[in-house]
Amino acid sequence: MKYIIMQDIFYVAVLLGLSILMGNYIHKVMSGQKVFLSPFLTPVEKHFYKLMGMSDHEEMTAKQYTWSIIFFSAAGFIFLFLMLVLQGFLPFNPQGMKGTSWHLAFNTAASFVSNTNWQAYSGESTLSYLTQLLGLTVQNFVSAATGIAVIYALIRGFIWKQTTTLGNFWEDITRSVLYILLPLSIVIALLLVSQGVVQSFEPYKEVSTLEHGAAQVIPLGPAASQIAMKQLGTNGGGFFGMNSAYPLENPTILSNFIQLLSILLLPASLCVSFGKAVKDRKQGRTVYAVMMIFFVAALLVATMSEQLAGPVWNGVAASGSMEGKEVIHGVGGSSLWAVVTTAASNGSVNAMHDSLTPMAGFVTMFLMQLGEIVFGGVGSGLYGMLAFVLLTVFIAGLMVGRTPEYLGKKVEPFDMKMVCLIVLTPPLLTLIGTAAAVCMPEAATWLTNSGAHGFSEILYAFSSMANNNGSSFGGFNGNTVFTNVTGGLIMLLVRFIPMGAAIFLAGNMAKKKTVASSEGTLSTSNVTFIGLLIGVILIVGALSFLPALALGPIADFVTSR
Amino acid sequence: MKFRKELRPALICFGIMTVLCGALYTAAITGISQLVFKDQANGSIIAVHQKDGTKIEMGSRLLAQSFTKTEYLVGRPAGVSNLSPVSKEEKKLVQERIDWWHSLDPGNEKEIPMDLVTGSGSGVDPHITPQAAEYQVTRIAKDRGMTEEEVRHIIKNYTSGRLLGFMGEPAVDVFMVNLALDGLI
Repeated sequence: MKYIIMQDIFYVAVLLGLSILMGNYIHKVMSGQKVFLSPFLTPVEKHFYKLMGMSDHEEMTAKQYTWSIIFFSAAGFIFLFLMLVLQGFLPFNPQGMKGTSWHLAFNTAASFVSNTNWQAYSGESTLSYLTQLLGLTVQNFVSAATGIAVIYALIRGFIWKQTTTLGNFWEDITRSVLYILLPLSIVIALLLVSQGVVQSFEPYKEVSTLEHGAAQVIPLGPAASQIAMKQLGTNGGGFFGMNSAYPLENPTILSNFIQLLSILLLPASLCVSFGKAVKDRKQGRTVYAVMMIFFVAALLVATMSEQLAGPVWNGVAASGSMEGKEVIHGVGGSSLWAVVTTAASNGSVNAMHDSLTPMAGFVTMFLMQLGEIVFGGVGSGLYGMLAFVLLTVFIAGLMVGRTPEYLGKKVEPFDMKMVCLIVLTPPLLTLIGTAAAVCMPEAATWLTNSGAHGFSEILYAFSSMANNNGSSFGGFNGNTVFTNVTGGLIMLLVRFIPMGAAIFLAGNMAKKKTVASSEGTLSTSNVTFIGLLIGVILIVGALSFLPALALGPIADFVTSR
Repeated sequence: MKFRKELRPALICFGIMTVLCGALYTAAITGISQLVFKDQANGSIIAVHQKDGTKIEMGSRLLAQSFTKTEYLVGRPAGVSNLSPVSKEEKKLVQERIDWWHSLDPGNEKEIPMDLVTGSGSGVDPHITPQAAEYQVTRIAKDRGMTEEEVRHIIKNYTSGRLLGFMGEPAVDVFMVNLALDGLI
């Protein structure tokens, strides 16, 4: 236990330090300032704009910004769908993988375009190298870059005055890929290869084993390059089916730590960038603190549950729960990962979440159900959290009878409608999806576990898809027509409705003038506000999900005593 | 039909990103990896010298192989159960594994370390805990006619500690220990 605590504290400390550095850097990049990479990258950037047919800087309205994202994502979706269905006819396919079914292709394309990376397939037995690198890796980059673009559009909405525009999507996405995502992922990919993550175009290797001489297949592929970005971009889709539990995807304690840091690095940094951008670091610190409080509380509960509430079997030495965990990660490294990956909308795993103890399973599920705002996805986590901030400001305003304000902008009915779309779409779709699945007569055949834990498998699956997380209780068989289609639609809706709402919220905010703060203005950066915000998040999450959670992990916990 | 003017840059931008982040980036990482980290990038394969001087590839250092004979250090159960650890189904599965261990090593009355009766996350965990290795020392030594100290010495050679003294967990590399027990490395 002593080492687990040291490891967790060390992780949080390193994350804090790196996120401050990175947050300042991101702010410079996204506000068009010069950084150390500018001399090399500015010519490349200029060249790209020329190719795209943009002669000079062109500002976009909320509508134009949204259409750009829709077209861009649609292009990615169609390209990826076709690639999945047709991979059998395409090159870089040494294992001769055939095209996938239409519904699996639909689900997978929706999943990667929406930054979810829910996987109803196993990479090493389903996908060609070409699909992995040209299809999935590209979406890992651009879906994260889209998140950064949108959060900056929202930030501009807050800081720009009396204008109708929000910046230019093509510039935002190009700058975030060139200056932020590519350099980071190159460094991390090479670090991962040095630890033993494979990176090769050779066919799978076959060896004969020591004891039996039986054949063992060692899968290969261009894995490290994709894995680096899957973590940085809060995507989470594994190159291999067992994701980061698989030793060829996450071989050592160091590779585990690097991946853990990569998952939260950008979502945490963006809080710092936000504070810089609005020229009030305290505002950034407030949302960072709220996220961190949720994170630490969740980590505490999950780790204690895994360490102390594990199974007791006669003749087996008592220890933390080891089912579904790798020895090198143990209870500490696995619990930390489970909380990190569900706090962020990452969804990669280094242990099987289905085999978490009931309370740890509860924590991971609840973190997703809060709407992926405890760090959340790259960009999307912060705009989700800012929606909750506006909701809190609004509720506080109602209580004292004043027009609510945030960052000097009045919060009005249209803004609140957009906030509601951001806040309510995920829980609504989670519950509708779960309810629909439970109604299916064959639902029981999709499950590995029975009883309350079986229901948890379904609830987890739809919480994951309807919050763009992507992890799963692995005992749930997701590769069915029903789940592929329903889940695919849910993932697209829950990504693009809140995203569109955030952009239109930004558009409306940008039109307003700022009002000078007075003594009556509610401070949005003090301890009282942090408490209020936590309260609002918990109330929305608890009211939406307590009944469902009571039937799943809570019943599981009570009946297992 | 009139298309919106956002469509053209969308297609071109997606094309650029596909070439840059899909093709060029992956090619660059692969190129550098194959030059600098050739062993790691290709699956950390263990090759063993044969008596006739040729080399034979025995497996990957990172993926567990199945060992069931008494003379070998036995690793974790293969496969991933995805069962709730506190369920009846899991209890039954674990009991079968306990019985298997007792039939492999009838005289051993010690409590079995948990990692030996539970499935891992990957299904191919190459490691066991030092306690799980210690649990098997007497059996291996007896079967091979070695002293327990000799077996412990080999295990210690392939035991990794915590990173920086506090991160992760100590672990014994089962495959490497067995190669060493057979005198192959």
